[in-house]
Amino acid sequence: MPTQSEYAYDSKIEGDIIVTRVDAALNWFRANSVWPMPMGLACCAIELMASGASRFDISRFGSEVMRFSPRQSDCMIVAGTVTYKMATCVKRIYDQMAEPKWVIAMGACASTGGMYRSYAVLQGVDHIIPVDVYVSGCPPRPEAVLDALMKLQGKIRTQPVLQNLNVVKSLAGTNQS
Amino acid sequence: MSATESAQKIQAKFGDLVSAPSEFRGEISVRLADAEKIFDVCSFAKTQLGFDYLVDISSVDQYGEDPRWTVVYHLRGLGHGQELRVSTQVSEEKSELPSVFAVWRTANWHEREIYDMMGIRFTGHPDLRRILMWEGYPYFPLRKDFPLAGKPTDLPGVAFTQPAPLEGGPFVTVAGGKDSIDREPRVRNPET
Repeated sequence: MPTQSEYAYDSKIEGDIIVTRVDAALNWFRANSVWPMPMGLACCAIELMASGASRFDISRFGSEVMRFSPRQSDCMIVAGTVTYKMATCVKRIYDQMAEPKWVIAMGACASTGGMYRSYAVLQGVDHIIPVDVYVSGCPPRPEAVLDALMKLQGKIRTQPVLQNLNVVKSLAGTNQS
Repeated sequence: MSATESAQKIQAKFGDLVSAPSEFRGEISVRLADAEKIFDVCSFAKTQLGFDYLVDISSVDQYGEDPRWTVVYHLRGLGHGQELRVSTQVSEEKSELPSVFAVWRTANWHEREIYDMMGIRFTGHPDLRRILMWEGYPYFPLRKDFPLAGKPTDLPGVAFTQPAPLEGGPFVTVAGGKDSIDREPRVRNPET
């Protein structure tokens, strides 16, 4: 029965170890498991479904797990026309999502109101929630959605995770003292 | 029995209240002078003339004229395949006419939509609430004196609205222009 561990160089496990920063590792996890919240409100939702189906296959980017519960999703894809009647619900669902969370405004309507310059349509979902990526098109092709997702992944990879944690920690410390 | 004959039967039954049937592109319309009689006319059309299907009820805002509202009923008989249009007029002060819910149950939502968009009320309707906009929205947005861009409102916890930026629009497309510059969407405001 061994009583002490070997901390010295072990040639048997060489190659199984990757040295990286914790930030980079966490971001790598996050960027490759972005679970979308499909906020399908109009015809864009059909293209979003196509992005999820086998031909375009959003699962190549780790985002095939469409969660219809805001608690389990990371990225809200606002696909379609946001009416004022629905705006309150969209805001509420976004508020229910757990941090970290991102938003893709898919298509002209979600980005700016699109062709609906009207009493009934919110002129861009960024009036109520912060948007990370805007996708042009009416509706956008599934390729455009995948491109937006890749851009979002690029953004996630650059986000400092632990720096924010330090800020939270230091804030908590000041509160205690 | 053709739609014209149906219209003539309505005319025979209700006399001077109903105009002679007019034809446009093969479609028959009659006008009803007294909106209070719309229930009786619709009931007669369904029970005696076989118009068992209410396709639609629509409303027109004749802004600046009196009476202001025109309410149009599109009837169809699934048995004989004829279509008939019945229109009647309501003044702005009254803004009220009898519901035909008891004749065709589908009138329920049609009338709620007209109430929501135009503010015309239907007496005897079982559930006259807004159907598209939310309860508490203060305007009737399809009226001609309501701006296209909308008006600002705020009902905390329910919904808010803001005027939409029109940027000089609305941008109107004209069919049949000689080139694409003529046809493309542009500001074509009749007043300017």
